[in-house]
Amino acid sequence: MNIVVCMKSVPSSETKVKVDSDGVSIEQTDVVYEINPYDEIAIEEAIRAKEAHGGKVTVLTLGPSTASQNIRKALAMGCDEAVHLICENVELADSSAVAELLSSSIKEMEFDVIFCGKKAIDCDNHQVPNRLAQLLDIPAVTAIFNLVLTTESGSAKREIEGGTELVTVNLPALFSAEKGLNEPRYASLPGIMAAKKKPFEERQVSLGDEKLTILSIELPPPTAEGRIVGEGPEAAGELVRILREEAKII
Amino acid sequence: MSLYQGVDFYNIDELLTEEERLTRDSVREFAEEKIMPLIAAHYREGTFPTELIKPMAELGLLGANLPEKYGCAGSSDTVYGLICQELERIDSGIRSFVSVQGSLVMWPIYTYGSEEQKQKWLPKMAKGEVIGCFGLTESDHGSDPAGMTTKAVLEGDEWVISGSKMWITNGTLADVALVWAVTDEGIRGFLVEKGTKGFSTNEIKGKLSLRASDTSELVFDSCRIPKESVLPESDGLKSPLSCLKQARYGIAWGVVGAAMACYDEALRYAGERIQFGKPIASYQLVQRKLVNMLSEITKAQLLVFRLGRLKDAGKESVEQVSLAKRNNVKMALEIARNARDILGAAGITDEHQAMRHMANLESVYTYEGTHDMHTLIIGKKITGLGAFT
Ligand SMILES: Cc1cc2nc3c(=O)[nH]c(=O)nc-3n(C[C@H](O)[C@H](O)[C@H](O)COP(=O)(O)OP(=O)(O)OC[C@H]3O[C@@H](n4cnc5c(N)ncnc54)[C@H](O)[C@@H]3O)c2cc1C
Repeated sequence: MNIVVCMKSVPSSETKVKVDSDGVSIEQTDVVYEINPYDEIAIEEAIRAKEAHGGKVTVLTLGPSTASQNIRKALAMGCDEAVHLICENVELADSSAVAELLSSSIKEMEFDVIFCGKKAIDCDNHQVPNRLAQLLDIPAVTAIFNLVLTTESGSAKREIEGGTELVTVNLPALFSAEKGLNEPRYASLPGIMAAKKKPFEERQVSLGDEKLTILSIELPPPTAEGRIVGEGPEAAGELVRILREEAKII
Repeated sequence: MSLYQGVDFYNIDELLTEEERLTRDSVREFAEEKIMPLIAAHYREGTFPTELIKPMAELGLLGANLPEKYGCAGSSDTVYGLICQELERIDSGIRSFVSVQGSLVMWPIYTYGSEEQKQKWLPKMAKGEVIGCFGLTESDHGSDPAGMTTKAVLEGDEWVISGSKMWITNGTLADVALVWAVTDEGIRGFLVEKGTKGFSTNEIKGKLSLRASDTSELVFDSCRIPKESVLPESDGLKSPLSCLKQARYGIAWGVVGAAMACYDEALRYAGERIQFGKPIASYQLVQRKLVNMLSEITKAQLLVFRLGRLKDAGKESVEQVSLAKRNNVKMALEIARNARDILGAAGITDEHQAMRHMANLESVYTYEGTHDMHTLIIGKKITGLGAFT
């Protein structure tokens, strides 16, 4: 089974994001990049699929040259090969242009299954998996929390309003991962040592037409400090007074 | 509470290789997610978390710097140091377990053992299927191991071991004990398997330090083991001392982790704790304590980084290792005490880490050569005059 997993490097969720002076990008200093957490789940699912059915896992990243350490981590976890499409400043790039680049790279490979995370936690667009499947003309099941894979098909479960949807698709197909699909493994020391010797292709690319332009980025306004008006039933009177007279809500 | 990020005021990260950073981050994640949630309860109960042995083995943390040929990861000594740092960031007991298994049992088998012994023990020890302990100290011979009285006498095809060892980490847990005993040809190392007639262990109770670690007495009552159980290349006191050099190296790295944890905790707490209407971090005396911590941690980090590079090149001396162990353990102990101070009363419970680290570091200050013995080792080197034999 040939498996491709798409992975993005994103600022760690611990990052205190600062808007750059240009007003449309994020300041890069002191930002630590990690594997997008949903992509980490996708990587784990890809490795498990390989362990069950044989074949190989290729990890594909579009991102700046600094993303290489996270690609190496994916190899250390158990991916077999890596393709790094190097392009600076794609962090907030238009999803359609990103999907174009990924799809043209995937079209050069043999593939049965593609795994993605359901979204990248930096811009939260949820766009790339669907666009990618569309460009490759294969079915996509998004935000899955369970998958049963055979060599011909995949049956995936996803949460929908008030219930669970079970979707079965023939391969080749794309699945995007939701939390709960699996618990990603840690990169082991032998894995890290082995990763140094795995095929790692780097290619410079440039973004095509961007259909979307970011006009400005702003941080949410700082939340005002809370105020404790008292404790227990005695505080109720004062609270009602504040809600009525100061906040004017009631 | 946000995730621990490590302390790196001098961008030492830039000096590390990709492999070193990846390992550090992987072990850090594992330690944070899998060890941290269980450590306080084990500490309270006085038990070693055996449930961690398998996951740690799967990560390749046992005997990490030994060759792949024996089922180990074959990583560098700097990588091994970083592993110790991340484990001791959680608790010295976990790092002690890994130090003993890797540096004090697997390393000597690798260095002084026969090919048959290496094949028999190392792969299983790397997988965590066999746990080892290292018996050098006796109740009457701590800093002075040359005075040991445990004896091994060759009788036909068997060695007969008599005596006892005290303060042995992993002693009760271990499947195999590496025991140092006096023979007609001087001190030699022996592998004694658990369950051998005449060999028993007693766990030491009432510890106020390293509670999440097994510390035991080993008793040998005319214990008979096959002739082949001796480590053939072991030869005199210098053999166990060379093992200690490996373990001390890991300790010098490990305690930086403990210090980083205490600093991190104190810094966060000081920023949140309000007294006299302001965070205590805004007061000059508290800032000085925090700055002193950061300054000492940074120096200690640079020390072990350089020591790691020397060791990777096979150029580190006994005294250089002593200096790093001596400096860094003292540094970590002071930082733990200061962190406990900054936390006030909150610092004395096991809801916080500082006091646990502080209590642990009292053992680390003593074991693997006491602080003062390292002073004397370095003193002898620079003056040419031995203050002990
Ligand atoms: C938790 C724990 C785990 C341990 N694990 C192991 C283990 O796995 N295997 C093992 O073999 N041992 C182990 N030890 C033993 C440890 O290595 C010894 O405790 C250590 O070597 C010190 O010996 P001692 O306790 O007998 O102290 P002593 O040697 O009696 O020292 C007491 C004091 O006297 C000082 N002193 C001694 N001689 C001199 C001198 N010549 N000049 C100046 N000062 C001197 C020391 O510095 C110290 O301050 C462990 C100890 C602890 C606490």
